[in-house]
Amino acid sequence: MALKIVKGSIDRMFDKNLQDLVRGIRNHKEDEAKYISTCIDEIKQELKQDNIAVKANAVCKLTYLQMLGYDVSWAAFNIVEVMSSSKFTYKRIGYLAASQCFHEGTDVIMLTTNQIRKDLSSPNQYDTGVALTGLSCFVTPDLARDLANDIMTLMSHTKPYIRKKAVLIMYKVFLKYPESLRPAFPRLKEKLEDPDPGVQSAAVNVICELARRNPKNYLSLAPLFFKLMTSSTNNWVLIKIIKLFGALTPLEPRLGKKLIEPLTNLIHSTSAMSLLYECVNTVIAVLISLSSGMPNHSASIQLCVQKLRILIEDSDQNLKYLGLLAMSKILKTHPKSVQSHKDLILQCLDDKDESIRLRALDLLYGMVSKKNLMEIVKKLMLHVDKAEGTTYRDELQHTCNTKLCNCSTLILLRYISILVELTRLEGTRHGHLIASQMLDVAIRVKAIRAFAVAQMAMLLDNAHLLTGNMQRNGICEVLYAAAWICGEFSEHLEDPNQTLEAMLRPKVATLPGHIQAVYVQNAAKLFATVLRKHEGATDSQAAQETSQLLVERLPLFVQSANLEVQERASCILQLVKYIQKLQQKDVEVAEEVSALFAGELNPVAPKAQKKVPVPEGLDLDAWINEPPSESESEDEKPKAVFAKEETKHSRPRHTEVDEKELARRREARKQEQANNPFYIKSSPSSQKVYQDAPGVEHIPVVQIDLSVPLKVPGMPMSDQYLKLEEERRQKEKAEKKKKEKKKKREKHGKGKKHDSGPESEEDITPAHHVDIVTEEMPENALPSDDDDKDPNDPHKVYDIQGNLQDGSQVVVSVIFENKSDSFLKSMEFNVLDSLNSKLQRPEGAGPHDGLVVPFQLPPGVSNEARFIFSVQSIVMPQKLKGTLTFIVKSEDSSTHEKLDFKLHFTCTSYLITTPCYSDAYAKLLESGDLKSSSLRLEGVNMPFHHLLARICFHHHFSVVERIDSCASMYSRSIQGHHVCLLVKTADQTVSIDAKCDEPSLLGNVLDEIKQTFSQC
Amino acid sequence: MLMQFMLLFSRQGKLRLQKWYVPLSDKEKKKITRELVQTVLARKPKMCSFLEWRDLKIVYKRYASLYFCCAIEDQDNELITLEIIHRYVELLDKYFGSVCELDIIFNFEKAYFILDEFLLGGEAQETSKKNVLKAIEQADLLQEVN
Repeated sequence: MALKIVKGSIDRMFDKNLQDLVRGIRNHKEDEAKYISTCIDEIKQELKQDNIAVKANAVCKLTYLQMLGYDVSWAAFNIVEVMSSSKFTYKRIGYLAASQCFHEGTDVIMLTTNQIRKDLSSPNQYDTGVALTGLSCFVTPDLARDLANDIMTLMSHTKPYIRKKAVLIMYKVFLKYPESLRPAFPRLKEKLEDPDPGVQSAAVNVICELARRNPKNYLSLAPLFFKLMTSSTNNWVLIKIIKLFGALTPLEPRLGKKLIEPLTNLIHSTSAMSLLYECVNTVIAVLISLSSGMPNHSASIQLCVQKLRILIEDSDQNLKYLGLLAMSKILKTHPKSVQSHKDLILQCLDDKDESIRLRALDLLYGMVSKKNLMEIVKKLMLHVDKAEGTTYRDELQHTCNTKLCNCSTLILLRYISILVELTRLEGTRHGHLIASQMLDVAIRVKAIRAFAVAQMAMLLDNAHLLTGNMQRNGICEVLYAAAWICGEFSEHLEDPNQTLEAMLRPKVATLPGHIQAVYVQNAAKLFATVLRKHEGATDSQAAQETSQLLVERLPLFVQSANLEVQERASCILQLVKYIQKLQQKDVEVAEEVSALFAGELNPVAPKAQKKVPVPEGLDLDAWINEPPSESESEDEKPKAVFAKEETKHSRPRHTEVDEKELARRREARKQEQANNPFYIKSSPSSQKVYQDAPGVEHIPVVQIDLSVPLKVPGMPMSDQYLKLEEERRQKEKAEKKKKEKKKKREKHGKGKKHDSGPESEEDITPAHHVDIVTEEMPENALPSDDDDKDPNDPHKVYDIQGNLQDGSQVVVSVIFENKSDSFLKSMEFNVLDSLNSKLQRPEGAGPHDGLVVPFQLPPGVSNEARFIFSVQSIVMPQKLKGTLTFIVKSEDSSTHEKLDFKLHFTCTSYLITTPCYSDAYAKLLESGDLKSSSLRLEGVNMPFHHLLARICFHHHFSVVERIDSCASMYSRSIQGHHVCLLVKTADQTVSIDAKCDEPSLLGNVLDEIKQTFSQC
Repeated sequence: MLMQFMLLFSRQGKLRLQKWYVPLSDKEKKKITRELVQTVLARKPKMCSFLEWRDLKIVYKRYASLYFCCAIEDQDNELITLEIIHRYVELLDKYFGSVCELDIIFNFEKAYFILDEFLLGGEAQETSKKNVLKAIEQADLLQEVN
């Protein structure tokens, strides 16, 4: 035995220890893998020995190899052996190895439970310490369950060293075994007031992490944390607590108000940047969540912005970066405060650090307004030229393309030139976007066409400069737009001949097919223009030369592999040849050729189609063909959402298939519109131009501020615009100042501060008025979407038409019918307002005044009047009492009479029939936000489709889909609540399962549905 | 402040220390390590210490030839993470006496022990340098006695 030990230690002397291994690896740089594999073999031998010291040494080396990326999972059991050693030296190594190598899938972990429990209760605090440390890395749900109690006990250990570790590891235990949270929480809370600051801070850490995941359970601790925040001086703890409050405030706005003061105090007093940053971030978050109801928050925002400015001005890149990051959060809610620091942010564009430049760019995105646009764009353009780094560059261009250029009509011209400049940049990936923007602007804004055409012609002429690697980058898409614009608006071209020549260069054949096709077609348009130009003149030679040019160049395109190009080219080639013949006979052809391309292209309003009245006798829902066969529609059937119903084979209803078909067609149409550049899409970006006039009805002529000269010769340069612009504005300002001075003298008030330079906040007065092309509307279009009204017997039933207006206004149409033989006049309609529903009366009227009905009623006549009610809560039905007073005029006398009535606002009346597609419907139901409820109706003796029709008609639902005797229906309240129904019928029993995000609304709607069916 | 993991690697991209506070498979760990080492080494010296990576924030700092790189969650405080890194470097410095890369290579288990006394489960457990070093010294003493 003794001999064995001696032998063991002699062996050890020849073993490699960790240092030897590391040294060996460093010495075998060339054949590292080979060297390590021999080492692993040695380690395997060492692990077979009984000597724990040898094993521990081997395990230590394995831990090192594991870090280098070698698989050591095979040695897991040996690691457990070393962990179990009674000697701290080895135990420490064992636990380290375990914490580095074990993960949830390691099966030997199961074997460690008892060993760990033993170590946790060891009298030596360091044994307990390593066990806790190790456990924090490899705790599994099983270990957490088995050891939760032991660790909980350790939270009250006599030594703070153990207590703080135990508290921290409890968080990991909670994550793995959530059931342990409830029993452990009281003790954890106790630790918030532990005498040892380390334990206290550990408890704060754990509770903060917990609260971040589920804030509402920890609201009750807010007072305790508030106390800690005002008393603690440990920055680490303070940061945690502040973060915790950040998570709590969205749930409890009052807390936010209370927080602002101590937080601003900290911002003023602290010298620790990390704490300052945390405070600023939390103040921002709190203000965002409060957003309203904070009277005095602009001071706090100002403070934050000021502090952030200091961070951004700091020479430390890290502070700069974080300052910009936080600034962008403020920007979302308080853009004005950030805008005043534009200078600083523009400076950051020059920073050496790309990530800082990106942040600054991000900020500029949000900061652009009409007033500072020019300057920002100018600065950006300078940057595009020298920008380094691909991401940054890409981002930069994207900013220019979309954000900046969309924001105002003011800069349409600038826009074109920016677009043109952008194309000159190498490596842009936004060719397509640029092209569509060019088309969009050129088509819609007449005034800039001439300018656009000139620019485009230049672009076409210099196409070869753009080439290079442009095919790959998609910048050639721009040529598509250029060619089309030059062709379509060729009357603006100065030298159509030259452009025509440019478009027919052999190099064009290398462009993608769809662009060539546009080239060919527009070459023909240009040809027509050239002919017309030369017709009047005596110089027939020039026209003939042009024809010749086409005849020579077009065959190139006739050979194109692209069908579209080929077809167009051969067609046009023949045409030109024919024209050539006529020209030789001195026949005037220009008129006829131009007629080929006559007619102006106007943009179409997005709603135009809807406005076309359906011609009489046309039933859009009727089948043109036989409906598709049963088997087909069976395949298409989407999955049922509420429950699966056994499908009985019956012919599906037309209505249902119609719905699907319509949806499909609608989708197809949208697709088509999206692909059609001349169709004004309903996407927000293209509508932005019309921001000021939301309804189509108001669009016809829009005056836009366009303070840029309309024609600028030569290549567009941003500087020119900027200069002109500034000059003009300065002149204006000078004039204004003069005027103001006069005023001042009269009033001798204090001098107003005047900003100087282009950043002025004054509005820019328009220099030119430009009319945007009227969107085409079909003739006899209806002025607005009319709601269907069904007249009901007046004085008894009032039909209430819920119209969505601001989510809380309801329009009530009341039909008055005079059933008497006398003439009725001076009618006054009045309703006793409730807290919830109020009749909207004209300004100045008292709350009990009646509204004059704007008509008189001869005998037997009926008429309709509308009244607007503002409604706060729509979840309960309401009855409003009202009176109608009127004068009955008979032949010899007139009497004053009144009629009492009740206005019944059912919950149904707040629902609006809203179509819903089955996939959206399914998503809605799966979201789990909806509460459910159900209803059973017995003895309903009507066909299922009648039943559905009744629900649709009386309760404003629409059928989402119907499968046999089961249908899903949808409706929406004026305040946006979703109401979903699943209606099933079997043997005169109808069951309705319903879901809605507002349970009381749902209950009332269901009651009303029940009511409807009990009446029949 | 819940750190996801901490990596130490050299300018040549060699991993010197790794500590994972989130359970991940070895494969995933290797992938993340490779990706981050590349990303961080590619950054220019004048650049700031933060970068957004996947849905995490990476905070790194270079000390001599070693990069210390931590991953934190979105709401976490970058500056305090930098402080943690710096505190750890100070601890190493105190323990080894002006620490260099070789100290960490040859005594990597000690570097882990120090880290474990400083951070536990990704949280700072001890903000006092003195206490951390005291705990390490006493544990080492225990080791010598054995």
